[in-house]
Amino acid sequence: MAAVQGGMVDEKEEVDIKTEPQSDGLMNTNATDGRQLSPSPSSSSSAGSTKSAAGAPEDQQTLLAVLQFLRKNKLTESVEILRREAGLPEDALDTKGADCSAPSSGGTAGGVDGLDAGSLLSRVAVSSSAGTPAPTKAVADDQPDVSVVLSAYSQQGDPALYKVYYSDLKKFIESVLDCHRAELSQVFYPLFVHMYLELVYNNHESEAKAFFEKFSGDQECYYEDDLRVLSSLTKKEHMRGNETLLDFRTSKFVLRISRDSYQLLKRHLQERQNNQIWNIIQEHLYIDIFDGMPRSKSQIDAMSGSLAGEAKREANKAKVYYGLLKEPEIEVPLDDEDEEAENEEGKPKKKKPKKDSMGSKSKKQDPNAPLQNRIPLPELKDSDKLDKIMYMKESTKRIRLGRENLPSICFYTFLNAYQGLTAVDFTDDSSLIAGGFADSTVRVWSVTPKKLRKVKSAADLNLIDKESDDVLERIMDEKTASESKILYGHSGPVYGISFSPDRNYLLSCSEDGTVRLWSLLTFTCLVGYKGHNYPVWDTQFSPYGYYFVSGGHDRVARLWATDHYQPLRIFAGHLADVTCTRFHPNSNYVVTGSSDRTIRLWDVLTGNCVRIFTGHKGPIHTLAFSPNGKFLASGATDGRVLLWDIGHGLMVSELKGHTDTVYALRFSRDGEILASGSMDNTVRLWDAAKAFDDLETDDFTAATGHIHLQDNSQELLLGTYMSKSTPVVHLHFTRRNLLLAAGSYAA
Amino acid sequence: MGFGVSSFAALTATMAEREERRFAQVSRESVALMAESAGVELGEEMAAVLAEDVCYRLREAAQSCSQFMKHAKRKKLTVEDFNRALRWSNVEAVCGYGAQDALPFRSGKEGELFFVEDREINLIELALATNIPKGCAETMVRVNVAYLDGKGGVELQGAVPTAVQSLSDDLLKYYQQITRAILGDDPHLMKVKSVSHDLEQLNRLLHMVRSLVQNPYLYLGSYVRSLVSSVMYCILEPLAASINPLNDHWTLRDYAALLLSNIFWTHGDLVSGLYHQILLSLQKVLSDPVRPLCSHYGAVVGLHALGWKAVEKVLFPHLPAYWANLQAVLDDYSVSNAQVKADGHKVYGAILVAVERLLKMKALSLSHPGEWCFNAQTGSLAAAVGYSSPGLSPPPESLSEAAFGIASHLQAGSGGCPWEEWAPVSLPAMYLELYSFFGDSLAVRFSTGPGLDSPPYCPSALLREPKKEALGQGSNSDTARKMPQLTANLSISPRRDGSPRTDPPPPSLRSRYSSSRSAQRLTGLPRDVFPKARFASPQNGPPSFSFVIGGRQMGQRCQGRRPFQTVFAPTPPPAAVPPRAYAHKLPVIGRVGKPVRRWTCSHYSLLLPL
Repeated sequence: MAAVQGGMVDEKEEVDIKTEPQSDGLMNTNATDGRQLSPSPSSSSSAGSTKSAAGAPEDQQTLLAVLQFLRKNKLTESVEILRREAGLPEDALDTKGADCSAPSSGGTAGGVDGLDAGSLLSRVAVSSSAGTPAPTKAVADDQPDVSVVLSAYSQQGDPALYKVYYSDLKKFIESVLDCHRAELSQVFYPLFVHMYLELVYNNHESEAKAFFEKFSGDQECYYEDDLRVLSSLTKKEHMRGNETLLDFRTSKFVLRISRDSYQLLKRHLQERQNNQIWNIIQEHLYIDIFDGMPRSKSQIDAMSGSLAGEAKREANKAKVYYGLLKEPEIEVPLDDEDEEAENEEGKPKKKKPKKDSMGSKSKKQDPNAPLQNRIPLPELKDSDKLDKIMYMKESTKRIRLGRENLPSICFYTFLNAYQGLTAVDFTDDSSLIAGGFADSTVRVWSVTPKKLRKVKSAADLNLIDKESDDVLERIMDEKTASESKILYGHSGPVYGISFSPDRNYLLSCSEDGTVRLWSLLTFTCLVGYKGHNYPVWDTQFSPYGYYFVSGGHDRVARLWATDHYQPLRIFAGHLADVTCTRFHPNSNYVVTGSSDRTIRLWDVLTGNCVRIFTGHKGPIHTLAFSPNGKFLASGATDGRVLLWDIGHGLMVSELKGHTDTVYALRFSRDGEILASGSMDNTVRLWDAAKAFDDLETDDFTAATGHIHLQDNSQELLLGTYMSKSTPVVHLHFTRRNLLLAAGSYAA
Repeated sequence: MGFGVSSFAALTATMAEREERRFAQVSRESVALMAESAGVELGEEMAAVLAEDVCYRLREAAQSCSQFMKHAKRKKLTVEDFNRALRWSNVEAVCGYGAQDALPFRSGKEGELFFVEDREINLIELALATNIPKGCAETMVRVNVAYLDGKGGVELQGAVPTAVQSLSDDLLKYYQQITRAILGDDPHLMKVKSVSHDLEQLNRLLHMVRSLVQNPYLYLGSYVRSLVSSVMYCILEPLAASINPLNDHWTLRDYAALLLSNIFWTHGDLVSGLYHQILLSLQKVLSDPVRPLCSHYGAVVGLHALGWKAVEKVLFPHLPAYWANLQAVLDDYSVSNAQVKADGHKVYGAILVAVERLLKMKALSLSHPGEWCFNAQTGSLAAAVGYSSPGLSPPPESLSEAAFGIASHLQAGSGGCPWEEWAPVSLPAMYLELYSFFGDSLAVRFSTGPGLDSPPYCPSALLREPKKEALGQGSNSDTARKMPQLTANLSISPRRDGSPRTDPPPPSLRSRYSSSRSAQRLTGLPRDVFPKARFASPQNGPPSFSFVIGGRQMGQRCQGRRPFQTVFAPTPPPAAVPPRAYAHKLPVIGRVGKPVRRWTCSHYSLLLPL
């Protein structure tokens, strides 16, 4: 358990979390550095200085690089001569070598590649501080540095030729066989972006503009948002601190291309001696080559759209234990003795050896389930057991939903919410509803006739009889009973709220950068968790309580425990804001959706990213796990809902129908129906069971990750339900499968 | 700062329509000007660089502020969002505080300067104000079952009478007075629909509408439309109250129709195309056979109230089709049908009155010597209608101006209307046809009808001549009616004999329906008057001979009616009417067991006191 110091985490410690073994180590550092909204010194040093250093220092760097190269090849005489001629001090090279070894001695040599080392190199070169002699091992690590530094110059070709290069490639790709064309067309967008950025970076503003004008129309429409950002960027000075740009520079755009297509491209570029493009492909693109048939256009389109291309295949290879945990064995009173049962609820010690059918079902161990104690979970309290009993009783009365049997929908309308409703949550038993508002308040309502009461003050508590049976009732202050309570504490809009499973706590996260834990017994704030220094977009309790996850503008998601004021894990890897976070039903995984248009699944135990799902064409705003834990549904601003198979790491289905951002998704309790709610004022019901049943994953698909989606949205759509000019913000299935929707009336 | 704000707005605006104009630009002149106002002298080059940088920064901020909007689950970008974006990028917010509502931009007189109006507020006045505005209502959650088992039940959730909130103080008081006066203490009676069981209440509402309409100090503006729609509701809808035959919803409908014409004459100019809308909806009701008879009655009465032009345009061409339906009802003597039949007679009477008025007015307009002279001798009104339309049916009281306005509506809006192809029918032809429907009773009313003493008798005299010519060769319909006889009747004949009717009912329809009528009688069927099924796919059967027992209804049962008929025995002999398909089935005037007084009463109510 590598507990990380929250708040101002310095880079080294963050690397220790090892969020991802390879390239994500790089992203990790950039995620912290990349608080680009504020011009912090670190951000300028890590990414900017390599390039922004101009004139003499640049020459010096080149010299250093050459020297290093010579020395590595044991050309000591040449080294001496060059050094003398350049007038460099003798220790210059040694110093550099020593500092380059620093990251490797930190144990993350694999995690730091090209750019970071390059920045270190340059920093050292400029400041030329004294250091210790370099270990020989460092030399091997320096290989990429050299290429980075040198390639930085080699790419500065004739700006006028960029257009020619690009259109030449375009002509070539358009002329190849159909089966290859779709695959090779993927190259266009990243190439376009990098060529444009190079032009801008090298101060060829007018050429850059012309280049953009000419070719931006060719790009896929789902890159429109990114292109808009790019088009506003025409000056080198502006490149510093631009988030989208940093994403492009620091992460490699991932393409999946079949071997044949790749060979074709490679041959063409070599024939044409088109080094410019080849260099970009080498440096900024990661081409994931697979053997077999090239993919079709629709296959590619289904998976592309994210900020940094598709996920690498090996990123989704890790085993995920998606099964559910074994339910604890709870003695359930007989159902036919309802009155008795209610009496027993007061004193659960009286046990009967009768098992409920639901309880016995989950007894057998699911082969896909994680070990029961993989993640330490809080022990069940008596009240939790009572709640479980209630749950089981309710679930026996559950309506079995399906294609023929659609749920009734109740709409909870927030009236007079002039201040702006931003988040809604229901308790699992649907007894409480809470709303987060843009005026920084959180309001809790009781949906049942039972009013909300506070616990008595300490002085009054001293007076009550602690031995009495109804002590829990006695501690409540009747005078405070009301239908709703307002919780004050945040200083910015509340973007996410979540009830704890035991209904004693409420979490809220806000633009002010904090997550707050509220007690629903005293209706006061218990803890303010500070760690995200930027707006926190979403938070959610674990289904077992105790843990919770939050994600925000700082591009990381954090795992917390309620009794720790610092996060237990930091999940870094997203290239843009983490917009929504959800716990897996077995509490062993966390899924995050981001504005980089990817979804990542994180292992709570190791902190690793175990799945990356690409395919959305807009920021993801909602996620939902199916009750059996096998599937995931995601909704984005593009109005589409995508279904994912977690075990295989594949997209299962694409549900088209909404015309605006999908803000709410929820599976029915038995997983038969998926409900989606959107800004377009509709709730739509989808036949999830059919979507999952139709799924036949053969080994080939599983191995290659090539999916064939048939467009069956209309078949799966079971109903569209209009609200009265009320955007649907939240959806919830009661334990008996009644669908509750919530939103604020927009006058 | 106004400059800054306007450029922000222009920027966000351009983000939407990026295709046309790429980005908003802050010109170097603006930058130089700003610098000057801050006391700094800038070089040309410097200003250009700065201007470009400012543009970029603005774009960047505009882009980053949209995420605050998205996460607040809004569609509208607010000033607050922008301020947040600025704050998070360590820039001092310059936009001040934002309001929820959009701030309208105003343009300056000179140049392309746009600014948000920033009124000066008198703080003293505000501080000493006695009418402190109430705080906005408390945020609350209301739940309703929107859909049951995934079906239906669409009720508005959270219906707030928002229209009320936008009223000014005086109007608000007025509103409160009115609502209190009408609704009493019951706050739930906000909609007409909720009181459709209570005739009292509806009557009161209608009176309220009347007083609203007649209030010369109230500018109704766009509310006319909603007033009209609620009045139309009273006219047309099968109110819950009409289930009980004892309720006199007929008078309500009459009154509402009156009111409708009243609104229309006085406020018709406020809403363009109102006339056509009303006509359209009336026509729709009339042509919908599923609607109950009381709705049809309402439609007829409404048309009548709108003037004889409306009757001529809508009711008259529609009559042949409608007649068959009405006939079916009137011919049904089963006990279960008694109530429906009574309603049918009501409709019959209404149509009769409307049609008579139409004929009279038409004759009047024809014969009016001074104002519009035309070749009356030909008997064709076609030309006359064309150029004398403005004042064709002006009720004496109504302002001629209003009439003009309406007539122009009529002309202007007629494009694309279903009765566009309607061609004016000559008066005699019209009379002929109407006579074929109504038989003697038409003529009776025509000659002795009340309210039209002034017109000389000439129209009917004038009328009769061409009629005689036209009908001279026909056999005596009276004999045909009085004796039960078997008439072999080629169904398509109406079309063949060159009848002026524009729209004869499809031939097969009639044969179908006569059989279904008997079927209906056998099974003793339902109250709903014209089940749709009867009209399904009538076309494909080949037109054929159908045997109709003509004059069957003249059996013993109808004895009671004869005196009624003979009392008003016609001076003009309707001798020359050829045996018509519909004429046979006519029940003459069927008001069995109903006092004559009531008839006249409702007859009067149909008359327009305009």
